Amino acid sequence: MASLKALKIRIGSVKSTQKITKAMKMVAAAKLRRAQEAAVAGRPYAERLERVMASLAARITVSASSPKLLAGTGKDDRHLLIVATSERGLAGAFNSNIVRAAKRKAEALIAEGKQVHFFVVGKKGRVLKRFFPTLIAGDHDMSGIKSVAFADAQKVADEVVRRYEAGEFDVAHLFYARFQSALVQEPVGRQIIPVAIDTSAEAAPASSAAVEYEPDEESILADLLPRNIAIQIFGALLENAASEQGSRMTAMDNATRNAGDMINRLTIQYNRTRQAAITTELVEIISGAEAL
Amino acid sequence: MLHFELVTPEHLVRSEDVYMVVVPGSEGDFGVLAHHAPLMSTIRDGNLVIHREEKGTPETIRIEGGFAEVNERGLTILAERAE
Repeated sequence: MASLKALKIRIGSVKSTQKITKAMKMVAAAKLRRAQEAAVAGRPYAERLERVMASLAARITVSASSPKLLAGTGKDDRHLLIVATSERGLAGAFNSNIVRAAKRKAEALIAEGKQVHFFVVGKKGRVLKRFFPTLIAGDHDMSGIKSVAFADAQKVADEVVRRYEAGEFDVAHLFYARFQSALVQEPVGRQIIPVAIDTSAEAAPASSAAVEYEPDEESILADLLPRNIAIQIFGALLENAASEQGSRMTAMDNATRNAGDMINRLTIQYNRTRQAAITTELVEIISGAEAL
Repeated sequence: MLHFELVTPEHLVRSEDVYMVVVPGSEGDFGVLAHHAPLMSTIRDGNLVIHREEKGTPETIRIEGGFAEVNERGLTILAERAE
């Protein structure tokens, strides 16, 4: 049985761990609110851009001369997986879920005989190096960034588009965790290049009105396509930020509760040990007195 | 009055009813009043001039990289940066 002193030290250490996890949970809760607000504030732009793109795409026919970002390279051999993760750990299964989703997709693509490369955003995605040591095409460092700004997403998008135009890949997928609630974050992967535009919803009302275009539809679309990629990445980064804080909050809440349980168990053990020690001492004193 | 919205990726900067907005279009500045014909235009980096009333000092906002759309609901400017 552990000594009284050892137990006491143990209880003290679990208590200080609990204090840390509790503080982290509260910080995550406060940051979660801000991240959620940022995600909501970013929505109007994305929605409007989507609508405009849909009405533009409905008016032009995709041909070989269309912008490559829309029409694709005509092949489907080389894939780039953009994996957005966080800079910090201790966020439950947040990062490993995203990495696992990306890994699964990569394995499926490789099994089909495609070439796969990764572009990692955020430090925690670099664990992919362990599974695919030769396939990391590049990464984007997000350390030191407190809240995601559009300029950060723009940098990632520029880099991705540059690589696309240099002919490094045919299809790009973006992996991140979609924020559903503080408890649920769903890792998702979706294709961002070539741009898939949903023309079904907005096509009808837009084409009925006689809209003037300045310059023509195709140049506007060509101008908007790279923006659309930046905005999709920005949206993913915002969702990711909210998911990260949500996931951390839940994980730290669990950790605080577990620490509480552990303290209770250790306290009971401590009291029992103390009682046993007193009983032994009493027995010794009494039997000593009787012997006289 | 013209309903005018200025949106950046980070937030909705303006959403209000104004008299006229002068937009720095990529093929030249153009002013948008109420009941303007539907129009889509890219914009160059420049100053957006907002006339809240017919007579009065206009307000200037610098915008970078974007796109303007006029439809029956009003004028929407999507800009990457606005100050």
